[in-house]
Amino acid sequence: MLIKCPWCGDRSLAEFSYQGDATVDRPEDPMTQSDAEWNNFLNLRDNPKGWHDEIWHHISGCRKHFKMRRNTVTHEIADIKPMDGALQGGDK
Amino acid sequence: MKHYSIFSLTRNALSHHENWTEAWRSPEPKPEYDVIIVGGGGHGLSTAFYLAKEHGITNIAVIEKGWLGGGNTGRNTTIVRSNYAIEGNAHFYEKAMDLWRGMTKELNYNVMFSPRGVINLAHNDAQVDAFQRRGNTMRLNGIDAHWVSLNELRERVPLLNTTKSARYPIFGGLEQPKAGTARHDAVAWGYARGADSYGIDIIQNCEVTGMKIENGKMQGVETTKGFIGSKKVGVAVAGHSTQLFDMAGIRLPIESHLLQAMVTEPVKPALDTVVTSGAAHCYISQSDKGEMVFGGDIDFYNSYAQRGNYPTPEHVVTAACELFPAFSRLRLMRSWGGIMDMSTDGSPIIGKSPVDGLYINAGWCYGGFKATPGSGWVFAHTIAQDRPHKLNECFSLNRFETGHVLDEKGVGPIAKAH
Repeated sequence: MLIKCPWCGDRSLAEFSYQGDATVDRPEDPMTQSDAEWNNFLNLRDNPKGWHDEIWHHISGCRKHFKMRRNTVTHEIADIKPMDGALQGGDK
Repeated sequence: MKHYSIFSLTRNALSHHENWTEAWRSPEPKPEYDVIIVGGGGHGLSTAFYLAKEHGITNIAVIEKGWLGGGNTGRNTTIVRSNYAIEGNAHFYEKAMDLWRGMTKELNYNVMFSPRGVINLAHNDAQVDAFQRRGNTMRLNGIDAHWVSLNELRERVPLLNTTKSARYPIFGGLEQPKAGTARHDAVAWGYARGADSYGIDIIQNCEVTGMKIENGKMQGVETTKGFIGSKKVGVAVAGHSTQLFDMAGIRLPIESHLLQAMVTEPVKPALDTVVTSGAAHCYISQSDKGEMVFGGDIDFYNSYAQRGNYPTPEHVVTAACELFPAFSRLRLMRSWGGIMDMSTDGSPIIGKSPVDGLYINAGWCYGGFKATPGSGWVFAHTIAQDRPHKLNECFSLNRFETGHVLDEKGVGPIAKAH
């Protein structure tokens, strides 16, 4: 799998580290969270079969993080954006 | 069920093996059952078998979307062990080991359980300390453990690279002598034949497409062969647990990840134990056919593809050749992938769910095969009695909310890290 780093261009998968689901946001104030809300952030995941928005890290390259929309069945990549960008494409 | 023995073999040999009966039937589903098990892998089939054998419930259907044992039951590296340290895990996996020892006789089906020992290699002083501590903990829990010194290792596993110049120098290893391997397909087939002999319907090529739940109570499942009613449904579909529980509106602490494994061409006996290295990311054994069977880490990104990317096999093969330089001359014959339910604490989930009559068996990470008989045994108890057995109380789904997680590796709530 080739991944197009927004800064370095097409590089091998071996240079990247997967950092998880990009749709999960850490709560602003953990102290006000109920156990159920905290569990929702910490453990529960949509884990979709199909298009998935994720965070990747070019750990053996420029070491920058970015967002990627990837299909978990075909491994097809629809879009890659810097962390502040909005992902588009796929059927999502 | 026709009993398999030397006499039945002889009798059938005399008739040129043309009169063997099928090992299990292929019935059409009935409109209603006492219990439905979704998932015809080792865990689902053993659950059905123990529901009949231990709890006297026989009006059961096992529903499988593909073929028996075509998922992770047939895709693992066949290693069976119980070398766990923390409470809960240790006793559960040791129960499974007890059932492995008697499985061939219990099922009248040769699962080729081979207690050839499993050795975890230690590559530095810290690992030596940690492994010896784990070995002591295991012995206190009544599980066999043995520290293998470097000299003993050289005698036991002569092909292992124990030189000081190795990339990961070996300091010794922790062995569970009674652990080993088993023929994974035979486990699924043996439990299927056993379950069928109690009159349990095994329905293949039948996919569950929905669940009927009224007032929080399970009523049955929609399938590609129509609606099948049941007040009790047990789901054991690791890899696709998220999709099944989504039908009941339940979110799970699970990510689906890809794990690859591979075998070389068959060669004469060269490795008579199982060798694993956590530091190099490789576990390796030799099958009865002579192939070197090995695997390593997951691919580390969410996937349902059942096929992997190149960097992971390259990494695993590099590690295998580093540990066993002689194996670098073998050719790879096959590689494949399976989809793991990676839970966020690295331990399985076996118990009740928020829906009355819906039971969960999921989150096996990449350690489901060794648990097969124990998993079915406690899951059958949970379904029959509508409460968990003492051995699986700790594997409840709500432990993630209450904070009673079972993090054997101690890496925190990151699914891919377990």
